Amino acid sequence: MSLTLAIALGHLRRRKRQTIVSLLGVALGVGFFIAIAALMRGFQTYFVQQVIDVAPHVVMKDEFRSPDLQPAELAFAGGAVAVRGVRPREAVRGIREAGAKIEAIEAIRGVAVAPVLRGPVLFRYGARDVAVSLAGIDPVRERRVTNIEKDMTAGRLEDLRATANGVIVGIGVAQRLGASVGDTVIAVAPSGVTTSFRIVGLIETGVTALDEREAYVLLRLAQVILDRPNVINQIRIRLDDVRQAEPLARRLEAVFGYRTESWEESNRNVLALFVIQNAIMFSVVGAILLVAAFGIYTIISQVVHEKARDIAILKSLGFRAGDIQAIFLLEGAIVGLAGAVVGWAVGYGLIEVLAQIRFQSAGGPLRGREGFILAREAWTYLAGGGFALAAAMVAAFVPARKASRLNPVEIVRGAA
Amino acid sequence: MTALIAAENVSRILPGPQPVALVREVSLAVRPGEFVAVTGPSGSGKSSLLYLLGLLDRPTEGRILLEGKDTARMSDDALAAARLARLGFVFQFHFLLPEFTTLDNVLIPMRRLGRLSEREQQTRAKALLEALGLADAAGKYPEQLSGGMRQRVAIARALANDPAVILADEPTGNLDTKNASAVFDIFAALVGSGGRSVVVVTHDQELAARATRQVRLVDGRITYDSAAAVA
Repeated sequence: MSLTLAIALGHLRRRKRQTIVSLLGVALGVGFFIAIAALMRGFQTYFVQQVIDVAPHVVMKDEFRSPDLQPAELAFAGGAVAVRGVRPREAVRGIREAGAKIEAIEAIRGVAVAPVLRGPVLFRYGARDVAVSLAGIDPVRERRVTNIEKDMTAGRLEDLRATANGVIVGIGVAQRLGASVGDTVIAVAPSGVTTSFRIVGLIETGVTALDEREAYVLLRLAQVILDRPNVINQIRIRLDDVRQAEPLARRLEAVFGYRTESWEESNRNVLALFVIQNAIMFSVVGAILLVAAFGIYTIISQVVHEKARDIAILKSLGFRAGDIQAIFLLEGAIVGLAGAVVGWAVGYGLIEVLAQIRFQSAGGPLRGREGFILAREAWTYLAGGGFALAAAMVAAFVPARKASRLNPVEIVRGAA
Repeated sequence: MTALIAAENVSRILPGPQPVALVREVSLAVRPGEFVAVTGPSGSGKSSLLYLLGLLDRPTEGRILLEGKDTARMSDDALAAARLARLGFVFQFHFLLPEFTTLDNVLIPMRRLGRLSEREQQTRAKALLEALGLADAAGKYPEQLSGGMRQRVAIARALANDPAVILADEPTGNLDTKNASAVFDIFAALVGSGGRSVVVVTHDQELAARATRQVRLVDGRITYDSAAAVA
C-alpha cells in the first residue's frame, strides 16, 4: 500500500462515524440518482417508443410554412416590401405530382412510403354525430408505414378491400357512436356527398386523441367522398433508423417545398417536457450531492485542523506541498468512491423495490402496464459515480490546499 | 573541509508594522563530526536559527549553504527533497503519527525517499530501533510508549535516511534528567561513529557542556562560540 494511501486511511479510520455519515450522504445521492433516472428514462423511452410506433416517422403535408412570395416582394427583393395577410389561393389543394414524389422518396434506402388523403367527415349513426378525420389509405403500403395492424382490436386490414365501403374506426369513435363491427354508419362530407360505410374493424392505439378521431377507408373511396379525385394530401414515411427522421424531413422539405414534419417536430412539446423533467431530476440529485460534498468538506477541514502537527512533521521530514495535498485529496476521493459504490447498491436495490410495485394504469399510452417502466442503464451508474467522485474531490480541494500551504515552523514552534 | 551546513551572515526578520529580528547576521559552519550545542535565553532566536539551518525557513538576508550549495535559489520542493535525504529532525514534542506503529513511523521517511527496497527498509528500521533499545516497541503505537521511548523513536525516524546532519530543537525539554541524559548519549554516539554532525538547541547548560562545540545566542546574535574561542 502506498504511503499516501496509508496516511489517508489512517486519518479516516480515526473519524469513523463522520466518515460513514458523509459516505452515506454520497451514497444516497448516487442511489436516488440511479433510481430516479431509471424511472424517468424508462417512462420517457417507452413514451417515445409509443409515439414513434403509432404515427409515421415523417409526414409530408400539402401545406407550406410560409405563403408564396407575392409579386410586390419579388419586384422589391431584399425586404423593402412586406406583404401581410395573404389570402390562400383558391386552388385545388393536395400534393402535386404525388406519384413522382412517392417514387423519388421510395428510392431512398431504408424508407417506406404511403400516400394518404385525409379530410374531415361527419359520421352519423342513429341520432349521434361524431366528427372524424377520415384517412384514405392504401392498405398494402400503409401497413409498412404505421402499426395500424398491430393496434387493431377487431377485424383485419384486408377487410377494407374485401367489404364494399368498409371502414376501420378508432375505438373511441365507435364508443361515441354507439356502433360496433358490422354496423353501418352514414358519412357526410363537407362537399355534401353522403355515403354509408360499414364498420369492419376497430383500432386502439392507446392515444385517446387518435382513438376518438381516426377512421380509415380505401384511398379511392376517400377521394370520392371528399370529392378530390386522384388527389392525396399526405405522404407518410417510415424509416428503418428513427434518428434519421429529422434530417430526412428537412431534406424533403428543401427539395419539394411542402411542409414536412418528423415525429420529433410533431411531438416537440412532449420532448421539451422531458428536458424539463431531466433538469428537475439533475437538480434534485445535485442538491443531495451538494449536501454530501459539504459533509466531506467538513471532515477533511477538521482532519487538516486536527492533524496540523502531523502535517508539520511530514513537511519537515521532507514531504513536498504536493505530497500533503495528495493525502487529503485522496481522502476525499476515498469517501466519494466508497459512497459511489454503496450508492450503486442503494440504486440497484431501489430499482428492484420499484419493480415490485404493482398498480393499474388509468389508460392512455401506459394502458395495459402494471407498475413502473424502469430503464436499467449502465450509464446512470457511471454518471452517478462520476458526479460523486467529482463532488468529493472538489469538496476536498480547499482543505487539501490549505494543508499543503501550512508552514511547519509555526506549528513546531507552538507545539511544545 | 566543506561544512555540512553553513549560515553566512544570515538574518531572519519577521515582517510587520514593527519588524522583529529573530536572527541577526549570524555566521555558523557545522563541520562533519561536530556536536554543536546552541544555548541561550528564551527568545534569543536559537530555534529560529535551527529552522534556518534545517531549511524549514528561508533567511531574509544572507545565505544557507548545504554541503557547499547555496539553497537560496532552490525551490520549496527541492528544499523538501534535501531535508528528506540529508537532514533529520528531532523536536521537543515527538510528532509521531498516532495512526502508525513505532516501526511504521520510522519507515515513513524511507518509504517517501524510496532509495532502499522494501525489505532493506524493514531491516534498517528494525536495526535503528534495536540500536536505540526499542526492539520490543516496534509493533506498539506511540500512545503506548513512555515519553523517553517516544523521543527515541523520533530520533530513530530522524536517522531513517542516514542524514548528514541531525537537527534537534529542545529534544530533552519534555524528559526527566535520566532520559535527557540518555538522549545526549545517543547524540554523542552518533557523532563519534562517523562523519555525521548534530546540532542541538537546548537551555540546559549541563547537557550542552557534553557537546564538542558550544554556541551561545543572545538577541539573535552569537555571543560565544567555543570553536572560535579556541581558534
